[in-house]
Amino acid sequence: MTRYVMSIDLRRCVGCQTCTAACKGANATPPGIQWRRVLDIESGEFPDVRRSFLPIACMHCANPPCESVCPTRATTKRADGLVAIDYDLCIGCANCVMACPYDARSIVHEPKYAYGDTPMASEAKRFDPDRIGVSMKCTFCKDRIDLAARTGQIPGVDHEVTPACVNSCISGAMQFGDIEDPDSSVSRLLGETQHYRMHEELGTEPGVYYIWDQS
Amino acid sequence: MKKSVLRASDLAFPKQQRNWDWRAASNFIAGGAGGGLLLCVALAGLDAFPARVAILLGLILIGGGLTCVWFEIGRPWRALNVYRHFATSWMTREAVVALTVFAAGGLALLTVQPLLVVLAGIFGLTFLYSQARILAANKGIPAWRHPRSVSLMVATGLTEGAGFLACVASLASSASGFWFMAGLIVLILTRAFLWKAYLGALVADGAPEAALTVLRGTDARFVVFGHVLPAVALAALMAGIPGQAGLLLAAGIMMVASGWFLKFTLVRRAAFTQGLAMPHMPVRGRGTAGPAVKPGWKAMSGVSSG
Repeated sequence: MTRYVMSIDLRRCVGCQTCTAACKGANATPPGIQWRRVLDIESGEFPDVRRSFLPIACMHCANPPCESVCPTRATTKRADGLVAIDYDLCIGCANCVMACPYDARSIVHEPKYAYGDTPMASEAKRFDPDRIGVSMKCTFCKDRIDLAARTGQIPGVDHEVTPACVNSCISGAMQFGDIEDPDSSVSRLLGETQHYRMHEELGTEPGVYYIWDQS
Repeated sequence: MKKSVLRASDLAFPKQQRNWDWRAASNFIAGGAGGGLLLCVALAGLDAFPARVAILLGLILIGGGLTCVWFEIGRPWRALNVYRHFATSWMTREAVVALTVFAAGGLALLTVQPLLVVLAGIFGLTFLYSQARILAANKGIPAWRHPRSVSLMVATGLTEGAGFLACVASLASSASGFWFMAGLIVLILTRAFLWKAYLGALVADGAPEAALTVLRGTDARFVVFGHVLPAVALAALMAGIPGQAGLLLAAGIMMVASGWFLKFTLVRRAAFTQGLAMPHMPVRGRGTAGPAVKPGWKAMSGVSSG
């Protein structure tokens, strides 16, 4: 059984937002919509203050609350662990947006372009009308994962079949792979480090692991 | 829509949801009251004319709520996908139950047969319960997902339905005896109890500070106008004070309006998202992990407010 997950080493993330830009480039999300974001967390009180960076996106939960509230089965959990949306089934009710505790989903009700009502040539070329009025989110670059199934390449190892954000990370903070494979880089990394998953108390079993210290 | 500029550090805070506006709130406001009203009609044993008026009102409320939410969804012409691609979500169940409500309610409206009136009432209650579960299933909104929100939503729907029934009874000069008044008072007291239990449990279990501030701010008005005043009015009626129709109408209006105020507050104003958290800060630099951070939440043991 395959279960694709992502690990993010918070010790390595420098908040450069390259993953954010790579995601926008790969998925052509409209202005104001970022499937992947890097939050800038400031905490503590002077003089004991800290600044950390927190990359977030869809957590591709094993128990996704967005799936159970979907009235049309547009949101489904795939056998390989990815949570996917069928844009043709989605009615845009936004129930999944409310159900997601990670702010990972959004709905755009009308086309939006970077400079007013007229799209740039690149925007016009990549505009996808199927994504208007429906829920959307990070897909873990599922087209690449699907390509791996056809070509025999390994996501997380072969760049062509690895999510764009992971490929772009300049510090190697992000890793991707099959957690059921004990030899995958993700499995080995998680075995060597201390990590957590966001809002685990909600029982969603997220597929993104945040590494914060060595074992 | 008002544009806001958030700093990167603000993005981790709980935010007021903006996807369900007044149209979605209207579905909970009107639909819940309509479902509650249908059940109250079934229990009240009214004469044919006021029963017909109340059933029609209940169906209009439910239909109006569903129409509002239809205007809200991103792809309204695909709404029938709810029936064509059947799921087990509470929104699906609400949609299915709505069909049975209109079927039984429509027949009850035409015939006023007791069995059909009771059936419409049962389906009305089921519709109301489905709506309560829709809210509670949304894990992204702490004020909704609390288990006590279900009983509160059901109780307020029933109280609003009873309030509408009181209005119909007063306007139709229908019989509204001692036990009718007593039933209304019991509903009012039950809703007040469940509201206090919900608010207390939400504070104890934790929720975004912004949501708690909104809910605490509504507490006094909701209790006074939705419970104390109508209960006093009904008690006065039971004591035999003259002006029955006017007092009953006023009590009914307050029961309905306060419930709608509560639901609008819950669905729109107090609907803050979970926000994001870092239970462990990364170890780097000075070699120690910082305290956990959960922006926008009251500091709890081991967690700072960020």
